[in-house]
Amino acid sequence: MALLRVEKMSHEFGGLRAVNHYDLEIEKGQIRGLIGPNGAGKTTIFNLITGIYKPTEGDILFEGKKITGLQPHQIAACGLGRTFQNMQLWRHMTVLEHVKMARYSRITYGLIGAFFGTAERYRQEEEIEVIAYRLLKMVGAVHLADQIVTNLSYGDQRRVEMARALSLEPKILFLDEPTAGMNPEELINMMDIIRKVHKELGLAIFLIEHRLKVVMELCQIIQTLNFGQVIAEGTPEEIQNDPKVIDAYLGRETVA
Amino acid sequence: MSDKDGKLSKNMKILKDKMLDTISGVPLLGWLFGILIAVLLEHFAGDLLVDVLGLPKIPVLFGCVIILKKPLMIPGAMLYMLLIYILPISIVARLSSVPANRVAAKLLDYPMFVSVLIHIALFYASLYIWSEISAYRVLTLKLTLVAIILTLSLNVINGYMGEFSCSHPGFMALGAYGASVFTVLLFANDKIFGHALLPPSLGPFMFPIALIIGGITAALGALVIAIPSFRTRGDYLAIISLAFLFIVKSMIENLEVVGGPRGLSSQPDYAGLPTVFMWTVACIWITNNFVRSTLGKALNAVRDDEMAADAMSVNTRRTKMVAFLFAAFWAGVAGGLFAHVLRYVNPGTFGLQKLAEVLAMVYFGGLNSVYGSIVGAVSLSLLGEALRPLEIFKWIIIPLLLILVMIYRPTGLIAFKEFDVGKLIKPKQRPGKEV
Repeated sequence: MALLRVEKMSHEFGGLRAVNHYDLEIEKGQIRGLIGPNGAGKTTIFNLITGIYKPTEGDILFEGKKITGLQPHQIAACGLGRTFQNMQLWRHMTVLEHVKMARYSRITYGLIGAFFGTAERYRQEEEIEVIAYRLLKMVGAVHLADQIVTNLSYGDQRRVEMARALSLEPKILFLDEPTAGMNPEELINMMDIIRKVHKELGLAIFLIEHRLKVVMELCQIIQTLNFGQVIAEGTPEEIQNDPKVIDAYLGRETVA
Repeated sequence: MSDKDGKLSKNMKILKDKMLDTISGVPLLGWLFGILIAVLLEHFAGDLLVDVLGLPKIPVLFGCVIILKKPLMIPGAMLYMLLIYILPISIVARLSSVPANRVAAKLLDYPMFVSVLIHIALFYASLYIWSEISAYRVLTLKLTLVAIILTLSLNVINGYMGEFSCSHPGFMALGAYGASVFTVLLFANDKIFGHALLPPSLGPFMFPIALIIGGITAALGALVIAIPSFRTRGDYLAIISLAFLFIVKSMIENLEVVGGPRGLSSQPDYAGLPTVFMWTVACIWITNNFVRSTLGKALNAVRDDEMAADAMSVNTRRTKMVAFLFAAFWAGVAGGLFAHVLRYVNPGTFGLQKLAEVLAMVYFGGLNSVYGSIVGAVSLSLLGEALRPLEIFKWIIIPLLLILVMIYRPTGLIAFKEFDVGKLIKPKQRPGKEV
């Protein structure tokens, strides 16, 4: 059984059909890529699967369970972690608080614990702190734990966002342009982190990326999207040589 | 000339460093001890000193009123301040710093609440002795403590959650009337509700229940605001909550059962200083616990980026709802205390002016900070009282001060600072001696 299955998902913004009969199947531990020109609907697909938008048609199944129409936080708690294209970090919070926050759905001490500071609360807070430090270590940001995120460099912020998403203990990780705006050094670093979390945590990863180098090196299967429709799906080699993909990116030569 | 200036400022700097150095090693315990000695001194030697200095009576609010009313007495009032407060506090604090540090270190061996309780007891003793001098001081102190609860609870919505709610006086009114109706109906003989239904001797024990009923009344009112707050943010919520404030006010004005615009009086005298103080401490403790837990930090996450919070499994609806109801509950408690401190409420009190006052305290003190709320509430309440002799000019000076704060510290005096009790009470080391 596929870990995540999307069946004939469509979405309309007003009259515009942003996503049209989109199908997807991700197995455990697979790395998949989603590429396509700007405005093709890649981020919309992410937002649909993670519950920020509700699809007009179609079904999303996670581990065989239907998650279409659930609230984003419910979907996240099921085990779908994500990062954002423009890194939506919480600008007044420290790095450690970011990573701890994503454990929200696992906190069981409740409001009584929060108001009266019960022993159970301190035990759980300590527990998630340990987990948070472990994840920060994994992405190489443990020395930044007490910094406010806005003071960090761009690359570090990306790493914090990654740690935050991992802190959900996701079974599948959605990365929306994880290397956007990075310099070559940060890029290599980020790719290492992605490989590392894939190997150590055995996650499935679904990533949107514009840099073909990243997609080709990391992904096992790539989908190409144009005008909300999948135009090609296959291994990196197949995609690279697919004429439809080349068309979508470079445009067709019109012969008079 | 400039050389001389430079030398002077250098000397000043050395002096400042020296002063900072001498006081930086004093733990909180030492300061509290110093304050206790100072108020004891005032208690026993205050009248004598007043006679010597030729002041009319003991300056109730740190001499501000005397200074403003009778400028000729400025030296006397200043000297009084110096001799009663500044010198004793600093000398005692400095001298007791070594034993106080030792005691504070010893207290670390016990559970933290022991140490905290000792600090609170010491502080309460000082407040009690200080306020004993005059009834005016007691009243000012009680109202200041109520203002702290109110400011802190508004800070949960406006600071921690980053919404702009204007309905706080409305919640306060609901709490004030909820608690008052309970106590007046059951324990007081009055014109509206007739004879007391229960023996009045039971009353003081039921007062916490009255306050909780007031808080719950306010929280129920907050449900009305919380639901639209899921959909709207910013300006729209401000308008909805402002509308709520007017609805509550005019509703009470038209409810003849509780006295209508004439208000409700003859609340029993249950809100003594210890009661108000204990409720304030409870409010600070619970709020601080809440905002420092991950569930409370979720408020900040919702404020800074709601979509990201949602995607990180934070239940944003529940978070907002809890914050609103929590804040309204405490505003209701503050209202209940307020009504029993003044022993009279009328709907006119809970209007726009009250709103401006609370908002000013929150934004002056600092957003997202328990320290800030305490500082804002205390400083603006005391300032409001101290500048009373200026009459109309008071309303020029206080807003001017607010504008200055907004220019130089846009988020308030002490914003975004954690109130870490453990850090506050621990023994201090002088920075110079560490090396």
